[in-house]
Amino acid sequence: MATNTDPLITVGPLVIPRRRRSRVTAASADAAGGSGRAVGVELEMFSARPAGGRASVLRRLRSPLGIYTTPLVLLVAWQAAGWAGMLPAAVAASPIQVVNAGVHLWRVGEPSTLGQDLEVSLTRAGIGFLLGASIGGVAATFAGLGRVGEQLFNGPVQILNTVPFLALLPVMIMWFGIGQGSKVILIAIGAGVPFYLNLFAAIRNVDQRLIEMARVAGAGRWRLIWRVLLPGSLPGALVGLRFALAYSVLGLVVAEQINANSGIGFMIAQAQDYDRVDEMFLGLAIYAVLGLTCDQIVRVLERVCLSWRPAQSVRA
Amino acid sequence: MSTIVAARPLPREAAAEGAVSASGLVRRFGERTVLDALDLEIAPSEFVILLGQSGCGKSTLLRLLGGLDRPDAGTVTVPRKRAIVFQGDRLLPWQRVWRNVTIGLRGRDPRSVALAMLDEVGLRARADAWPKTLSGGEAQRVALARALVADPALMLMDEPFAALDAITRVRMHDLVRALRARHRSTMLLVTHDVDEAIGLGDRILVMRDGRIATDHPVGLDLEQRMRGAERDRLRARLLDELGVSSSLS
Repeated sequence: MATNTDPLITVGPLVIPRRRRSRVTAASADAAGGSGRAVGVELEMFSARPAGGRASVLRRLRSPLGIYTTPLVLLVAWQAAGWAGMLPAAVAASPIQVVNAGVHLWRVGEPSTLGQDLEVSLTRAGIGFLLGASIGGVAATFAGLGRVGEQLFNGPVQILNTVPFLALLPVMIMWFGIGQGSKVILIAIGAGVPFYLNLFAAIRNVDQRLIEMARVAGAGRWRLIWRVLLPGSLPGALVGLRFALAYSVLGLVVAEQINANSGIGFMIAQAQDYDRVDEMFLGLAIYAVLGLTCDQIVRVLERVCLSWRPAQSVRA
Repeated sequence: MSTIVAARPLPREAAAEGAVSASGLVRRFGERTVLDALDLEIAPSEFVILLGQSGCGKSTLLRLLGGLDRPDAGTVTVPRKRAIVFQGDRLLPWQRVWRNVTIGLRGRDPRSVALAMLDEVGLRARADAWPKTLSGGEAQRVALARALVADPALMLMDEPFAALDAITRVRMHDLVRALRARHRSTMLLVTHDVDEAIGLGDRILVMRDGRIATDHPVGLDLEQRMRGAERDRLRARLLDELGVSSSLS
């Protein structure tokens, strides 16, 4: 128990502010320790929050775009710096220049247009992610549900997890060539390993008391899996999904910049060769948008799949 | 329709519908012997209360009877169709209330079965609510509905109302009595609350030193269970056997 010797000092809202206290002491000295004590207790009153009204309007005005407020402010400042001539052409491009570069590449890109590059990159990342997440997901489900699966899959995945997956790229290229195969497989490993680990842990961490309850109530094996284990592991699975998407993009970037002849990473590498700062920034901006989109997808999934959780409103 | 939760087969007559029979039960956890050659017989449709201080082994016995644990020695015979109500509600937070009720249920139209059962516990209106939005008493009522929905021959309750406030607990006792009038399952309720024991049971067993120490048939009607000299005498005896001086409470 905490040493709570002086409640006047430790009890939060009832503490008498320094200024008031000295006045009270003076008053009670006057009254010779008389009836002046009640003066010292400050009251706090709570009433209903104004619904809709002024407060929410103020809050909306203060940050109209939520978490995107700061990035947007930075973007505007960046453009202003461009207009003011503070951005040397060899160092950075202003946002409008980046957009122009995008429009230009979309129309007349060489050797491929921006649209084609985007398509190649998204296909790579998409196939790699789906491949990794589905293999990792199925393996993790088997491993989570039984000893045999655990003994079969946990070892290899743990080993893969200790090797930084980007270091596998040279091996992948040697085995699968410089085409689409090596890149897709690298991305699949990057996505599959964290998804497996998170899903496996999530299934194993489902509350034992709930599993016991379901068994006692008479739920069979399949019902236990569908109604208890898999929904119970969903929060952890979504964490895994977030990692898997992030690592897919990471794998995409590395695979495309090291050995490719198309895709966004190739576009950036080419821009570097031709000193096109605006195109380099365009590539970075596309990666950023890709990452943000992935994040939003997971957020929406969380809101839909985890609607049973209370306090969803806390989310930003 | 009975399962034998031990290695040795038991005579047929012990397997009567709803009856519970345990003999020579031993359960040790490391050096500690929690159940020490315990014998227990419960007749079909009987409501038995198991009373004891915390740590006396009542929950261990209930887990053995429920088939959640195995004895180190001795045998248990219980009906195969049995249900357990735990101290916590153990509702699946990701399933709506009615789906929680039907978690172990097979057959057609589970929703209408669940709704009828929820009606019995007075929660039909909350059938589509998420469990996290229920109060403690409501959640425990859903747990009761989940246990009774399959019409078990034996219902085991492990301090089901211990975490509820006093007023809610009294309401739950009324509910259990009402449910008891409709469902003729054999019931065993573990508690350390003497008033709960007197209020509900046909028979009160006091557990001590890993055995059933005393056995009190309660031949009182509802009014007599609430007040009167007989009730006070029984209460004083039970408290005395639990090692609590009755003058203190």
